[in-house]
Amino acid sequence: MKRIVVASLFFMALLGIWSIASGSGRWSPVLFPSPWSVAKYLQGALLDGTLVEAIFVTMKRLLVGYAIGLLIGLPLGLLTSSSQMLEDTIGALALGLQTLPSVCWVPLALLWFGQTEGAMLFVVVMGTVWSVIIATDHGACTIPPIYARAARTMGSQGLHLWTRVMLPASLPFLVSGMKQGWAFAWRSLMAAEIYVTILTGFGLGQLLHYGRELQAMDQVIGAMAMIVLIGSLADRILFSPWERFLHRRWGTNAE
Amino acid sequence: MNMAEAQWQGVTPEHVSGASSKLIVESVSKWFRTPRATVHALDSISIQVAAGEVVCLVGPSGCGKSTLLDIIAGLTKPDSGRVLADGQLVTGPGRQRLVVFQEPSLFPWLDVFGNVMFGLKLCPELTNDERREVAHRFLGLVGLDKFERVHVHELSGGMKQRVALARALAADPQVLLMDEPFGALDAMTREHLYDDVQRIWRDSGKTIVFVTHNMREAVCLGDRVLLMSRAPGKIIQAFDIPLPRPRSIYDVELVGHAARVADALRGTVGGGVPE
Ligand SMILES: Nc1ncnc2c1ncn2[C@@H]1O[C@H](COP(=O)(O)OP(=O)(O)OP(=O)(O)O)[C@@H](O)[C@H]1O
Ligand SMILES: [Mg+2]
Repeated sequence: MKRIVVASLFFMALLGIWSIASGSGRWSPVLFPSPWSVAKYLQGALLDGTLVEAIFVTMKRLLVGYAIGLLIGLPLGLLTSSSQMLEDTIGALALGLQTLPSVCWVPLALLWFGQTEGAMLFVVVMGTVWSVIIATDHGACTIPPIYARAARTMGSQGLHLWTRVMLPASLPFLVSGMKQGWAFAWRSLMAAEIYVTILTGFGLGQLLHYGRELQAMDQVIGAMAMIVLIGSLADRILFSPWERFLHRRWGTNAE
Repeated sequence: MNMAEAQWQGVTPEHVSGASSKLIVESVSKWFRTPRATVHALDSISIQVAAGEVVCLVGPSGCGKSTLLDIIAGLTKPDSGRVLADGQLVTGPGRQRLVVFQEPSLFPWLDVFGNVMFGLKLCPELTNDERREVAHRFLGLVGLDKFERVHVHELSGGMKQRVALARALAADPQVLLMDEPFGALDAMTREHLYDDVQRIWRDSGKTIVFVTHNMREAVCLGDRVLLMSRAPGKIIQAFDIPLPRPRSIYDVELVGHAARVADALRGTVGGGVPE
């Protein structure tokens, strides 16, 4: 309770300073709008449907790209953890490409796919898949071997061993791999949406981009606020329940 | 325990028959190769364990006791030699030889009851109701019936060991391989479990290989005590313990046997191999 009060006081103070600073008249309101004009923009965008539409388009792209990233990344991560040869080849590749900021994939994607949804998807998948491989690989290497040994002496083998022992034993790192993948997918998609300006769908990143084109600072800041909000909400909704479950069962500090 | 007392007279129960060796370990050697060094862990170990016999292994730390149990369980392949169980070559782990590991081996994603049920679910001859009944019974035996729905990380070290023991006993293997199972327990619980292990052994005729550092424990539980030398591990001496059961670790004769084993062990740790 006390934490909530402190946090809300902090954010209220932040808003207060912002509105005083923008109201002081030292900076042009075009470049430095007040919180109220940003709120008014968001309200308008919400009412005329652009905001909802943009969120919908963005989430659709994100989920598709993320799902593909996981589908490729999780199995590859398990494979690299189980074979030295794959570790030295695919693992090394993933480690190298993971250092590439996802926005660096944009020029290549644009040249290959043009201004299309495909280009955007490509950037998201490339931004996600390498970090998922690495997180999964690392996690799978750290499952204590005693679990499989104990299970095997009790007669568990083959499919039973994988589904009843290896899969639950790997839950903590699967969740952390998926969480890392999510963070990377989100960042990549924003990079992609800002640079790939197609008209098949108008996402949050594009809202931000056209805000700049139109010199509409309230739109720029409003879109940024929405991106922050969605990013942290998704984290809460998608991963917190898992982490709480793991925390209860494993006694680890997942929070 | 009283009702059973009358049947405890003989030194050797009839199900221990010299003719049938339940386990045969034939000149097993094992080396561990690491990038830095090669460790010679076991040197040509040969053991025969009769059906229903309890054999205790004692020896200095690092002499290869856990490695030997792993090989008997089929979890590790020996570099030379072989292990036979019921005359069959051991090529991998099997439900008939269960291990109570030295390190904690409970599954954190299951609660206490779930952990005991894990092994039972792999016994196709039981119905689900029977499985639950058996799990309750063995958790009661180790004094944890109040903790069935508790998560593993909420147990103390000794409680975890007791759950692991219940998990192994419940699955009713013919051979139990126990690697210092009571190491983390307090003296009271431990003495309770000595009685329980002796009783279970008498009732079920299980064959047990039991690793321990504790001489009295070895002499209390074992029909034979095998002394291993420091690495590379070898069996250097065997002690027969012809005491009647049930045994109490406070028995004077038993303490005398324990002292003999301890003396011999001190000899090995001191460096020389005692005669
Ligand atoms: N996986 C492994 N890789 C390399 N060396 C190993 C491995 N397992 C065991 N060893 C070595 O083999 C020797 C025997 O180990 P083991 O665990 O069997 O000893 P132990 O008798 O059970 O000791 P303790 O009483 O302390 O449990 C030790 O020197 C150890 O360093
Ligand atoms: Mg050991």
